[in-house]
Amino acid sequence: MSIDVFGPDVVAEAQEIVARYPRSRSALLPMLHLVQSKEGHVSPAGIAFCADRLGLTTAEVDAVVTFYTMYKRNPCGEHLVSVCTNTLCAMLGGDSIYARLREFLGEDHAPNGHEETFGAPGTTGSITLEHVECLAACDLAPVLQVNYEFFDNQTVDGAVHLVDALRRGEKPDPDRGAPLTDFRDVSRQLAGFLDRLDSDVDGPSAATETVRGAALAAERGWTAPTMPDDAPLPVVPDKK
Amino acid sequence: MTEVDPLTPVLTKRWLSPKSWRLSVYEQLEGYTALRKALAGTPEQLVTLVKDSGLRGRGGAGFPAGVKWSFMPPNEDKPHYLVINADEGEPGTCKDIPLMMADPHSLIEGCVIASYAMRSHSCFIYVRGEALHCVRRMHSAVREAYQAGYLGQNILGSGFDLDITVHAGAGAYICGEETALLNSLEGLRGEPRLKPPFPAAAGLYAAPTTVNNVETIASVPYIVNGGSAWFRAMGREKSPGPKIFSLSGHVEQPGQYEAPMGSTLRELLALAGGMKGGIPLKFWTPGGSSTPLFTADHLDVPLDFEGAAEAGSMLGTTALQIFNETVSVPWAVMKWTQFYEHESCGKCTPCREGTYWLAKILERMVAGMGTPEDIDTMLDICDNIFGRSFCALGDGAVSPIQSGIKYFRDEFLALCQQNKSNAERRELAGAH
Repeated sequence: MSIDVFGPDVVAEAQEIVARYPRSRSALLPMLHLVQSKEGHVSPAGIAFCADRLGLTTAEVDAVVTFYTMYKRNPCGEHLVSVCTNTLCAMLGGDSIYARLREFLGEDHAPNGHEETFGAPGTTGSITLEHVECLAACDLAPVLQVNYEFFDNQTVDGAVHLVDALRRGEKPDPDRGAPLTDFRDVSRQLAGFLDRLDSDVDGPSAATETVRGAALAAERGWTAPTMPDDAPLPVVPDKK
Repeated sequence: MTEVDPLTPVLTKRWLSPKSWRLSVYEQLEGYTALRKALAGTPEQLVTLVKDSGLRGRGGAGFPAGVKWSFMPPNEDKPHYLVINADEGEPGTCKDIPLMMADPHSLIEGCVIASYAMRSHSCFIYVRGEALHCVRRMHSAVREAYQAGYLGQNILGSGFDLDITVHAGAGAYICGEETALLNSLEGLRGEPRLKPPFPAAAGLYAAPTTVNNVETIASVPYIVNGGSAWFRAMGREKSPGPKIFSLSGHVEQPGQYEAPMGSTLRELLALAGGMKGGIPLKFWTPGGSSTPLFTADHLDVPLDFEGAAEAGSMLGTTALQIFNETVSVPWAVMKWTQFYEHESCGKCTPCREGTYWLAKILERMVAGMGTPEDIDTMLDICDNIFGRSFCALGDGAVSPIQSGIKYFRDEFLALCQQNKSNAERRELAGAH
């Protein structure tokens, strides 16, 4: 397996990841995000590259890759669309959204399967569709993510419009997250290379639902009890 | 004791401030004042303070945080590690991700104080991979904290050193289990470890380690500033403090509500505008799908660790998923069981095989091809998973099934009645 597809820049970045940890093997998860960012999936070459950098066997790396859902075994589209179909989102429309998107993206009216890609992987407007477990945004259900940016309170029609726009090469803004880029770019960010962090970090995060309790408390004048001016730390016998 | 307001924003009080995630805003709003106070004290004083406060783990298990900290050895023969479990993924749970996005510095300040208390100089924040914007906010906040001298060498001239590394996961619910998380952080499959040894004895890289939840550690700066008596003015004797309750599903105003421990669903529902469209409540989870279901008979159960347990469930993560009368219990139980089947790591047989067959039976039952014996078969399988699995995932997986059948057996039976008039389609239990 040739790992030459990963040039000296990737080797240097892999080294940077290793330097973050007391032991090199801890670098494996971020390094897999990194190789995924180069190829749009974790290929046998990507596995061999990580094994080579970390002194592991390809079997050891492969065992890790297959364990985690975010490492994709087949080339992904420009965008990864993830629809939550866990119980609460499913009840509020997540199942219908996923079913409709499968049809919408399915070729020749054959519904698209889990992790299948519409269009030639990597080309503009290509989309990989998947159903996922709870995305920890239940107050905003049903939710979906595009490249791990949140689109909240979705409807079937709204989700179709969104995916259609992606297919045309547009990049609608998420409700919460940074402006859309593509699957490869966010994989790079997950590896810890946040090239646009200063601007991306200010992308929106708080929905109405997020701050509902805080806003209601402010409106009603409710607060936690007032802290004492000076609460000394407890006195404990000095062991030294 | 004086009357406490129905909502007590402590962790959520900065969430309304513009750009609350930025260091400058955090500093304007009392940020990093607790750190100065903590560094002027001793580690023993801080462990005692957190013990006195009664703070209990907010990740679901409710273990007293100060007691957990005190398990760390006093010597430093090996490096000590603090690992933050920010791998939020329990169905219904959605509190840590908004907390990290809105107020990442409160977590970092808590990490520095906790690390000082446990003599750790290296802290890892394991953020769920799908929570990319949280990863950004944490990276940015850590970077700001280094530049301002709140992290790195000789923090605020105290002589104390701490490094924080933000680590993104890669998609696996099981990594929310603390020993699976440690394996994952070591670059392995996220499979749980046998305990003992507990992480305080042999955790990350077999060195003394404490794993704490985001909400737990973010509470620490307030306890340092306010003291244990202030913290205990909220909540109940054995479960003090404020808690972020996450209301979702069939309610008019779903969202995050920070209220004293021991608040009831009736009280919280009133704050959230009641049931959506006035359709009555049927069932709900007090703390995510791994906590046994409650019904409309449990509206007045005090939602703290003791109250939820006495009523036959668990407080979990106070993720209140609310379902009205239109929702089929067997369907909801099937969906949750499919989740556990998917997320079972496969290490131990009861969980791996049990969740697989439970999902198959439920799928067949919901499709109208179940038999009354299936109910007993499922309860039998649950008995063989509960307490016999490597980690709590197995225990959690049986919660929806056992509690669903306990309160709504008739609904499961009704699905089987349908099958009686459809005898030619009957299949064997477990057959697929």
